[in-house]
Amino acid sequence: MQFALSSSPHLDKTQSVTRVMGTVLLALVPGTLAMFWYFGWGVLINIGLAIATAMAAEAAVLILRQRAPLPVLMDLSAVLTAWLLALALPPLLPWWQTVLGSAFAIVVAKQLFGGIGFNPFNPAMAGYVLLLVSFPVTMTRWLPPDIVSGTSLTLADSLHIIFAGSPPPGMSWDAISSATPLDQMRSELLQNRMISEIRESPLWGDFGGRGWEWIGNWFLLGGLFLVWRGIISWRIPASMIGALLLVAGLFWAIDPDTHPFPAFHLFSGGMILGAFFIATDPVSASTTPRGQLVYGALIGLMVFVIRTWGGYPDAVAFSVLLLNMAAPTIDYYTPTRIFGQRDRHET
Amino acid sequence: MAEQKSPWRFHGGLHLDHHKAESNTTPVRAIPLPPRLTLPMQQHIGQPAEPVVRVGDTVDKGQTIAHAVDYVSATIHAPTSGRVVEIAKQAVPHPSGLQDLCIVIEPDGEERWTELPEPWPDYTAIEDADLRERIRWAGIVGLGGAAFPTAVKVNTSGRRAIDTLVINAAECEPYITCDDRLMREQAPDVIDGIAILMHLVGARECLIGIEDNKPEAADALRAEIARREAREIRVVVVPSVYPSGGEKQLIKLLTGKEVPSQGIPSAIGIVCQNVATAVAVADAILRGRPLIDRVVTVTGRGVAKPGNFRVPIGTPAAFVIEQAGGYSDEIFQLILGGPMMGFSLHDDRVPVTKAGNCLLAASREEAPGIDDERPCIRCGQCVTVCPVQLLPQQLFWYAQAHDFDKVQDYHLFDCIECGCCAHVCPAHIPLVHYYRYAKTEIWAQERERYKSDLARRRHEARLARTARLEAERKARLRQKKEALEKKPAGASKDPKKAAIEAAMKRVAAKKAAQQASRENTGTETASEAKD
Repeated sequence: MQFALSSSPHLDKTQSVTRVMGTVLLALVPGTLAMFWYFGWGVLINIGLAIATAMAAEAAVLILRQRAPLPVLMDLSAVLTAWLLALALPPLLPWWQTVLGSAFAIVVAKQLFGGIGFNPFNPAMAGYVLLLVSFPVTMTRWLPPDIVSGTSLTLADSLHIIFAGSPPPGMSWDAISSATPLDQMRSELLQNRMISEIRESPLWGDFGGRGWEWIGNWFLLGGLFLVWRGIISWRIPASMIGALLLVAGLFWAIDPDTHPFPAFHLFSGGMILGAFFIATDPVSASTTPRGQLVYGALIGLMVFVIRTWGGYPDAVAFSVLLLNMAAPTIDYYTPTRIFGQRDRHET
Repeated sequence: MAEQKSPWRFHGGLHLDHHKAESNTTPVRAIPLPPRLTLPMQQHIGQPAEPVVRVGDTVDKGQTIAHAVDYVSATIHAPTSGRVVEIAKQAVPHPSGLQDLCIVIEPDGEERWTELPEPWPDYTAIEDADLRERIRWAGIVGLGGAAFPTAVKVNTSGRRAIDTLVINAAECEPYITCDDRLMREQAPDVIDGIAILMHLVGARECLIGIEDNKPEAADALRAEIARREAREIRVVVVPSVYPSGGEKQLIKLLTGKEVPSQGIPSAIGIVCQNVATAVAVADAILRGRPLIDRVVTVTGRGVAKPGNFRVPIGTPAAFVIEQAGGYSDEIFQLILGGPMMGFSLHDDRVPVTKAGNCLLAASREEAPGIDDERPCIRCGQCVTVCPVQLLPQQLFWYAQAHDFDKVQDYHLFDCIECGCCAHVCPAHIPLVHYYRYAKTEIWAQERERYKSDLARRRHEARLARTARLEAERKARLRQKKEALEKKPAGASKDPKKAAIEAAMKRVAAKKAAQQASRENTGTETASEAKD
């Protein structure tokens, strides 16, 4: 009798890319629902727009590259990229900007480099940074969480703003939009106000911005789920958060009037989402165990540097992209000590 | 005796479903003789054996039919009495389905033994060299699957002293239970073999490493050790984490020591042998019997009645499967060895060799075969499970890019091909396949480099030789030229011409003389007249 041949190991595989990406998407759900809770329909509309654009863009490029689109779309990586990008966007961003960012992430940052596995930069962050530097006004026009403003936009209002580009009759931008806590902290510090004064504003909660800190908690829950499931390693989030807390704590200890409490950094902006979901994108991150510690720590450090002295209120996207560039070098200098090897540097 | 557990761990590894119960509940069964036995000359690592019988010869059971021709080689014996019907290339169990030289024997059914060497129950009185020679004669190779000649491995003379004999009874691959059954049924033989091996390598202690999923086998060994009060032999239970049965991994589990990268265990005073090899050694020394059969596990959902069988070496796989009730409807792939490191057979007519510990008749669920390969997403799952702490994703990257220097910088040759990385890879990349490819390419390149070095050296030698000859020729010419230039100018003329000239001169002188004498007379008169 004759049989098919295959290479060892023969046992059925335990994991697939689709399942990995699907698990990450699942882990995003609690934080996403929290964002929906505080910021309304815009969050979901953005996610829907971004995903639809990403799928269409990926299918188009794959057809141009003469590859079958379906198996690639099934790996859900484009969905994940789009979702992460959408979470970073202001909830009322004009629709075409969301579409542009998502398409850029997939076409330029991912497919032009060869598709999944070959992109040197995190596609979602590349898309985000493109929008941030191109459309600074709309990209920094956030909503206040509805617990602060006391009003929430209806689905119809949100759709009107996103697709018409202006508030519905009877509303004005000033009434509905606000800066993010990070943005506000930054601009008020520049006016030489002290932290204690700044924090009297109703925008602030226990650690960071009201609402924002809870969103951070829910993303943290999803992130810990991923660590528990072995989808991501603890190294990047732990070293990234650790480094940020360490350096923020140091400056806070020196001068608490001009440097916010370290937990503020942690629960503001995209830090938790970035630490567990964005910096851990395996393709663009460092891949050696020690390298991941270095990579995460340097992102954490860079986040603090840019937030404190840089030109942008949030820094996760820039920090991740900068360290993406350094990842191959970090990998090169952080090999593992292999079994039976006496000296790490002996090759 | 208190159960001793290993306090050490190795990095990574996998918790796999054991699948031992399918085949380990029934005793090892003997099987009838097949119509033909096919014995490959290469069943071991090293040089192939050389046939010493001819087609048509009648052979007895246990008779040597092929000799080890080199130090690293293994003798082959007739598993039964019968007639040699063919010595030719036949399909052998090999990943690429190669053919190799085989001796084919048609059994006569008489099971007529040849004259065997005398048993040595008191082996301590025998010279070590003679014991090794007996093991060599018996054709014993590592029966765990690697099939390295045992006589070579136990020759520790001239090296570092050996403290510890490690017996590999881990049987860490799923499905395989041949060592499990052997230990349960032949514990006294196992301990006999261990005692001989300890004596031979000069070890003070022996550690038997056995996975915690074989409590019956561990108990059987412990009972036998207790009966003999052999305190120097200890059974150490290790957790069932694949690949605990990898030689270096097991040594780490039992002793906490790491065998140096690219080194062998004797470098740290350890010799490691498989438990079935120990039994074969006991057979050779205590009973004078060569290695002519082995226990083979036949298992998987693709076979009707899984179990363990004592199989004469050279029996076709198909015949062994028949003894296990034949294939079931679920049969999809036939794997020789375990599901993690074994290789799939294209054709079930190939013979079972000394290294063949398991025939896994796998269903499509058990061994789904080639999968859709996706690009590596560098998730690092492979790094987490690699028992050698390699960076499999980097090895893959450079193997794929044909960067064979870089792939060696990342320690390709420390890879034990255990398959952990490929098993967990979400992109379903056959990583081990890439590593084997890279290794083979590097070996080929090294052979090429050796050849081209040789050719280059020859070419350079030729150039040097022609240059030397040319220089010598020129030097000779120059010498001659110089010698000629040194002679006076007149002498530079041809000697012949010189001779002619000399002759002409002589002639001229003679003529002048004659004329002078004639004129003399004339002039005499004239002068007289003048006077």
